[in-house]
Amino acid sequence: MIYLDETDKKILNTIQHEFPLDTHPFLKLGEGLEISEEEILTRLRRLQEEGAVRKIGPVINRNRVGGTSTLVAVKVPEEMIDKVADYIDEYAEVSHNYLRPDIYNVWFTLSASDEERIQEILRELSQKTGLEFVNLPTVRLFKIGVRFNIR
Amino acid sequence: MKTGQSYQVKDMDATDEMILKATQDGIPLTGSPFRHIAEKLGLTEEEVVERIRLMKEKGIIRRFGASIGHRDIGIVANAMCVWNVPDGMVEDIGRIMASFPEVTHCYERPRHPGWDYNLFTMVHSYTRNDCEEVAARISQSTGIQDYRLLFSEREFKKTGVRL
Repeated sequence: MIYLDETDKKILNTIQHEFPLDTHPFLKLGEGLEISEEEILTRLRRLQEEGAVRKIGPVINRNRVGGTSTLVAVKVPEEMIDKVADYIDEYAEVSHNYLRPDIYNVWFTLSASDEERIQEILRELSQKTGLEFVNLPTVRLFKIGVRFNIR
Repeated sequence: MKTGQSYQVKDMDATDEMILKATQDGIPLTGSPFRHIAEKLGLTEEEVVERIRLMKEKGIIRRFGASIGHRDIGIVANAMCVWNVPDGMVEDIGRIMASFPEVTHCYERPRHPGWDYNLFTMVHSYTRNDCEEVAARISQSTGIQDYRLLFSEREFKKTGVRL
């Protein structure tokens, strides 16, 4: 587990949603938080190296760049889990893939250029594994806004 | 696997696409993180920043900022709460659920034979107990009692949407 002091937390809580779009964003960020640019960069380098920050960049809205996305549920027998997870992860179109033990236990999100490609991937996965892949596309979106309240 | 496909969007040109591709894995942690991209594309840093700002305004990017390795900092509980909501109530209930700050995602999805749950909410927190407590509060304020919490036990993959 990565140790965070109060300053780290303040930086992390800010840069999730209020990263300044500026030619010198870290300087600007430091002005707001009253921390020097150098200290911000030093802290962020450690936080990124240790994994508290995965990256600083754009979160792309798949639906607006001409693609489509969905959530897929599968009932995978215990002994097949690793193998099936590997098959799923092979696709660049898979953005998240989790084991969530329940009626359906493997859940992954697919994001592709079009619906046809989604169907193609699901067909291939069914053929490889003999399992049913339940496609649960979004009917209505009420919220998307991952923001962690780091405390 | 298809590669090198281009996403044609009316509001976005090839330069925008190149900026997204150059930044999607993260900008460098330097004083001028956009300098290198600007030089490569023959733009000024101001132009790069302005294009990113416009893509955000147009909704091509949802946000520009840090993606957090939430597990590594202790936010280890991650529950997908699924709810069986009467069809006619989805609009109202979906809005109420989305208004909870602990809910990071809220979607309506189709039911499936043997799977009656049609509203999906994601809740992230430090403990499973926290997540259960949030779900109980959501249940109380919406009156929806048929729900399950699916905790993630293993993360096989997490990359975010990539071009």
